[in-house]
Amino acid sequence: MAEKVVEIKKLYYAYPDGTKALSGLDLDVFRGETLGIIGANGAGKSTLLLHLNGILRNGASDAVKVLGRDMTDKNIPFIRSRVGLVFQDPENQLFMPTVFDDVAFGPINMGMKEGDVRRAVEEALKEVDLPGFAGRSPHHLSVGEKKRAAIATVLSMKPDILVLDEPSSNLDPKHRRGLIDLLRRLPLTMIIATHDLPLLAETCSRICVMEEGRVEADGKTADILQNYPLLEDYDTGALLHISRRSTT
Amino acid sequence: MEHDFIDRYSRIDSFMSRLDPRVKIVGLAALMVCIVSTAPAALPAFAVYGAIILVLTRLSGIPAAVILKRMLVAAPFILMIVLFIPFFRGETVVLSRTFGSVTFSVTREGLILFWGVCVKAFLSLLSVILLTATTDFPTLLKAIEKLGCPKVLVMVLSFMYRYIFVIQDEFMMMRQAKDARSVGGSRLFHWRALAGMVGVLFVRSYERAEAVYLAMCSRGFDGNVRTFHPFRVTVADAAFFLTLAVSLSCVKVLGALYG
Repeated sequence: MAEKVVEIKKLYYAYPDGTKALSGLDLDVFRGETLGIIGANGAGKSTLLLHLNGILRNGASDAVKVLGRDMTDKNIPFIRSRVGLVFQDPENQLFMPTVFDDVAFGPINMGMKEGDVRRAVEEALKEVDLPGFAGRSPHHLSVGEKKRAAIATVLSMKPDILVLDEPSSNLDPKHRRGLIDLLRRLPLTMIIATHDLPLLAETCSRICVMEEGRVEADGKTADILQNYPLLEDYDTGALLHISRRSTT
Repeated sequence: MEHDFIDRYSRIDSFMSRLDPRVKIVGLAALMVCIVSTAPAALPAFAVYGAIILVLTRLSGIPAAVILKRMLVAAPFILMIVLFIPFFRGETVVLSRTFGSVTFSVTREGLILFWGVCVKAFLSLLSVILLTATTDFPTLLKAIEKLGCPKVLVMVLSFMYRYIFVIQDEFMMMRQAKDARSVGGSRLFHWRALAGMVGVLFVRSYERAEAVYLAMCSRGFDGNVRTFHPFRVTVADAAFFLTLAVSLSCVKVLGALYG
């Protein structure tokens, strides 16, 4: 059996206003797999993702383990350098004045040497098909370019685990295709939260269905996407229709 | 949407845009110090400053029309200040008009001061435009940081540059959404709606700031933003700086001898 890179046991989380987001969630993620997370809005997907690098933490530090380490203050810098979290809105992910500074932000904070940082930035931009964009300002990029630049900002940190929140939202079909191709060729453990079932069908080996802060179903991509009663339960007929088309 | 007006000309490849930004800042600052410290009556000195700026403008490759247009933006502010200077109290009255019980008199001292402020403001403004038009904003920020500007200030400016257009787009979209539903209604109602939009924009910006902070933490932010400064002083930089320094010293020395 492959190594467990993420181990979550009975994770509870409520936002300060009292909204319960996660209620006793259990989840294991294994090295090398691509895990899709689906669920209606408010099911707790984004909250779960924010727990994976300690942005959100509940009381018990051993509820979430990444690469065998508990989520403690001491471990968090290490965990953040191993888990690359890409937020949904690239405007929030790209906060520096130039693409270079943004992609270099993580590696510099990790204490990499200047030459290594430059190499990491160059490789990350090449990986996402944006070579030569280093000097550009993020506000001069198209939405598709911003999404890919956002992924580059964490790839440059050479993470073990890539976590993506709604990577295909707001993308036109062509850029979405480019993104799927990119995700397919990245040799990382990936966790993708999305409503885009066809994207999951093409990229994921395993899918979890979340509901009310828990994992309701967990299985191989084909099994989940062909479990029509389950999907019907989870969402509307429209999504079901798409998933039928993409799996046949 | 694309917003390009800040950096539109900084990508022109010219002698001025290739200079090390630190050298450019120090050089042009020295020029400005000389300009503002020259007596208004020293006409030849101002002619030399003007000539220097003219040469640098030629070397920058920026169209004169662009520079003039940017001057116009600042012109009203200068005008507001200088408008009343000729009426300052002085010894020799050049012109006097009485309207009812109020007498306006233009003095010779006032006029000289007026000329001095105008020419200094005009030349300094040209120097600043020359600097900002030939240096893109991120580079300018790195240069001022390297020259000792406090990091916090640089960070604030950097986020401003990154997000001002995002916020502008958000506002534009909100206004379009409002206009799309605006059929009639009183003027007061529209003003109230606009005020509400400003409030919403503030809350949204606040929330975005939090999201940005989380994104920064995810990538190991510890309170310090670190970047690289790829600046290197070259022969061209040295030549630019020396020429400028020698010309300015000559002006100052000659001014002291014959002024």
